Amino acid sequence: MDDFMFTYGGTVDAVGVNALLGLAMYVVLAVGQLSVGQAAFMGLGAYGAGLVAVQTGLPMWLLLPVAVVVPVIVALAVGVPTLRLSGVHLAIATIGLGEVLRATYDNLDIVGGAMGLSGIAQPDPQIAGTLVIYGLLILLTVAFWRLAGTGVGRAMAAMRGDPMAARAIGIPIDRFGLVALCVSAAIAGVAGALEAWSSGTVSPNSYGFEPAVTILAYALLGGTATPLGPVLGAVVLTLLPEVLRPLSTATLDLRLVVDGLVIVAVVLFRPAGLMTLRLRRG
Amino acid sequence: MLGQQLLNGIVLGATYALFATGFTLVFGVLRVIDLTYGVLVSVAGLLAWWLTAAGLPLIVALPLVCLACAMLAMALQTLLLSRLRRRAAPEMASLMVTLGAALTLYALLSSFAGPDIRRLSATLLPQNALEVIGLRVTVAQLLVLAAALAAVLALTFALRATRWGMAVRALAERPEAAKLVGIDTARLASMVAAVGGGLAGLAGALIALTSNAVQPYMGEALMLRGFVVVIAGGLGSIPGALAAGLALGLIEGLTAAYVDSELKEAVAFAILVIVLWTRPSGLFGQSAITRA
Repeated sequence: MDDFMFTYGGTVDAVGVNALLGLAMYVVLAVGQLSVGQAAFMGLGAYGAGLVAVQTGLPMWLLLPVAVVVPVIVALAVGVPTLRLSGVHLAIATIGLGEVLRATYDNLDIVGGAMGLSGIAQPDPQIAGTLVIYGLLILLTVAFWRLAGTGVGRAMAAMRGDPMAARAIGIPIDRFGLVALCVSAAIAGVAGALEAWSSGTVSPNSYGFEPAVTILAYALLGGTATPLGPVLGAVVLTLLPEVLRPLSTATLDLRLVVDGLVIVAVVLFRPAGLMTLRLRRG
Repeated sequence: MLGQQLLNGIVLGATYALFATGFTLVFGVLRVIDLTYGVLVSVAGLLAWWLTAAGLPLIVALPLVCLACAMLAMALQTLLLSRLRRRAAPEMASLMVTLGAALTLYALLSSFAGPDIRRLSATLLPQNALEVIGLRVTVAQLLVLAAALAAVLALTFALRATRWGMAVRALAERPEAAKLVGIDTARLASMVAAVGGGLAGLAGALIALTSNAVQPYMGEALMLRGFVVVIAGGLGSIPGALAAGLALGLIEGLTAAYVDSELKEAVAFAILVIVLWTRPSGLFGQSAITRA
């Protein structure tokens, strides 16, 4: 077991972190919204907590609240104005958020510029980080699973089915949308901080356009009928590159090609499997 | 000095306006936030580099680039979006499809072209700057300004004053009714996509000419500016895209000159958020296309 974790510990942690990101995507899609900002929120959590850790020497696990607060404040600033508009506005604003944050990290000396942050104290022993990641993953999956059966879960289902009808029967859809976005931002932020803790570094290129779209691919591959779908999607799409590695070349990143095709194929050919997204009208 | 900064800002803004015109046309008519638009701009930049490096003069290369991008846009439209349009899928489905397609296409494009940053040959255009009322302006800058103005004027004229434009406006306003009065909406949709693609080609080639940095992700880097311009100008409004593009270029140019050149992205995003908070339908009011 020790040998296994020594060799594959990084991959095991990455699978768990990506599964958390799949859950973050699920929360937003479950209320019928599309945010492409999960990678950006993840970056805010990683940089927020990582910067405090490097400056003060506090351990990352103690700084997880920072990784919740920073992304949630940004989610409010972007979500409040856009959620009352059509669905595309939130998507546009969150794609823009990712772009501006990447450019900011690149130019900001205090977070290491293009080199990123390094020297974050890693979990000791390393397995402690893995346990926290998977503990949180199981906790959240069970919580969302239970939530689906409650009144709140049924209200969420009504919203993604038909937002206007949901509003008409008195569901406060704007507030639900905002809460979902904030919960999603918090999960993504914590996932980012946990990844930074596990790897000891934060790099500006991990939170741009490509990771953002990849997270959407996790959710769509697994389907969003249950919280387990995005988790499984994340596991498959994280492990797939390990299998495909021999086919990739120096310049061709096959992982991105596959992730993009997954989204296209699911939306075009399996909309019925994604009833929750209301890809078919009526 | 201020005059020169203003001029540079206006030229920068003209490239943004040029970039955003086709993007906002496609949204206004087809109701699609088409993220493959940035890929077309990258393709155009690389193609312009390749054709001119092969010895073609600019006057031949430019139309070829536009034609190639128009055909590529039509192909993408047929493959990705016609199906969704037939089943009247909501805007979010088409946005997701183009998001996935953009990821795949960028990865393929950078595998073909490699990550190198190329520049177009300096001999394509006369390099001597013209002196106009004490301001220096290069031929390339003039070309960008003229192209942005011409594209917006021609498109506005075509939409307002021709039968084709009337059909396009009908399609934008009521797709079902447009079909009922005998408009071949599927064909018209692919023509609109082709016009959008041609504009992306023109924008990509001219941006390549002025920016001197041609690489596979150049279209993605422009996407944030494109969003700011189309939201601030009003989604679907072509005159709005021109006005908002010029305004954004001016603000960025002045920020870079007098505050900090590294704040450009942050300024663009701040404008996006402020517009969304205060005037979500855009500073320049309702869409010119949908108002008809």
